[in-house]
Amino acid sequence: MPVWQALFAELKDKGFMVVAVAEETRGAAHARPWIEQAKSDYWQLIDTEHRLSDLYNLVNVPEAVWIDEQGTIVRPPETAGSTDHFRRMDLKTRTMSPEDQAERLAARQAYLDAVRAWVNTGEYALPADSARARLPKVTPEIAEARARFRLGVWLRTHGREAEGDLQMAEASRLHPDSWSMWRQAADLDEVGKAGGPAFWKRVQALGERPYYAPPKL
Amino acid sequence: MAVVLTPTAEHEVAARDGLWLSAADAERVTGFALKPEGMCRDELCVPLPVSAVSGNEVDVSAFWTKLGGPVIASKDRDVVALGAPADERNAALDGLAAPDFTLPDVDGVPRTLSQLRGKKVFLATWASW
Repeated sequence: MPVWQALFAELKDKGFMVVAVAEETRGAAHARPWIEQAKSDYWQLIDTEHRLSDLYNLVNVPEAVWIDEQGTIVRPPETAGSTDHFRRMDLKTRTMSPEDQAERLAARQAYLDAVRAWVNTGEYALPADSARARLPKVTPEIAEARARFRLGVWLRTHGREAEGDLQMAEASRLHPDSWSMWRQAADLDEVGKAGGPAFWKRVQALGERPYYAPPKL
Repeated sequence: MAVVLTPTAEHEVAARDGLWLSAADAERVTGFALKPEGMCRDELCVPLPVSAVSGNEVDVSAFWTKLGGPVIASKDRDVVALGAPADERNAALDGLAAPDFTLPDVDGVPRTLSQLRGKKVFLATWASW
């Protein structure tokens, strides 16, 4: 997020705005330390029910959507600067090789540069047909998963944790590509679990498939 | 009483036998009004089977299923989530008009995406987990 603040500070006088949405069922108090650390002056919104993921068919964080002055989507949801290099990190020392670290930073820089170019010149905004072709499709299974996740959040926040967990587990079964639903449920079970052994096992099971699909810039 | 969760709201309503609601409550919850031709919102009317209407009451569960949306009930059937139909989500995104939303900021102030019309918006998600 500090990188988003730097981007915003640089471009805000050019009709640019950053809206950061925390997909955070534990609520504002839980997100606040990160928000304060970012020292941001763009919008920092709290989305306890993952409404944005429902509306825009998102599967992970960070994902971004670019919206132009008319309110039109000019880049559909895509990974916002993160890469899969973390999958090769040494889990004991939690470090990456210097080459991987350099590639990771370069990929993030390329993405931020694309945002910068879009604001300055309009480059990287996709024509309507290309934007449309890149939209991930909502299936009936995804729609059901969203409703179960919504119910699961409600049940959990009303003291019915066990029943809520069952709904969330079913949501993840119906929509296995959504890391946000799976990791949020794990985090609600226990802080830290979203990045624990069960997470790594799930990441390994991806095989050749990406965790963060790289944006096609 | 039952709690009905829609994608953006929560309603407490008098319900019987699952999700039979008065036409007024059905409209408040779904945005669709009961008319002779079915449940209607703007130009769209969804015809209902005769078994889903009784006097001034509507079987909202049957209606929502007909609309193509998921209906998910809690074990005790006291809380029901009505999810957005997949087709509705796809049609909205296909139009490329950014779906509008209102969410609170970290201090609880509601913010609405469409207030930013006229600016380029980088809309991004993150999480602590």
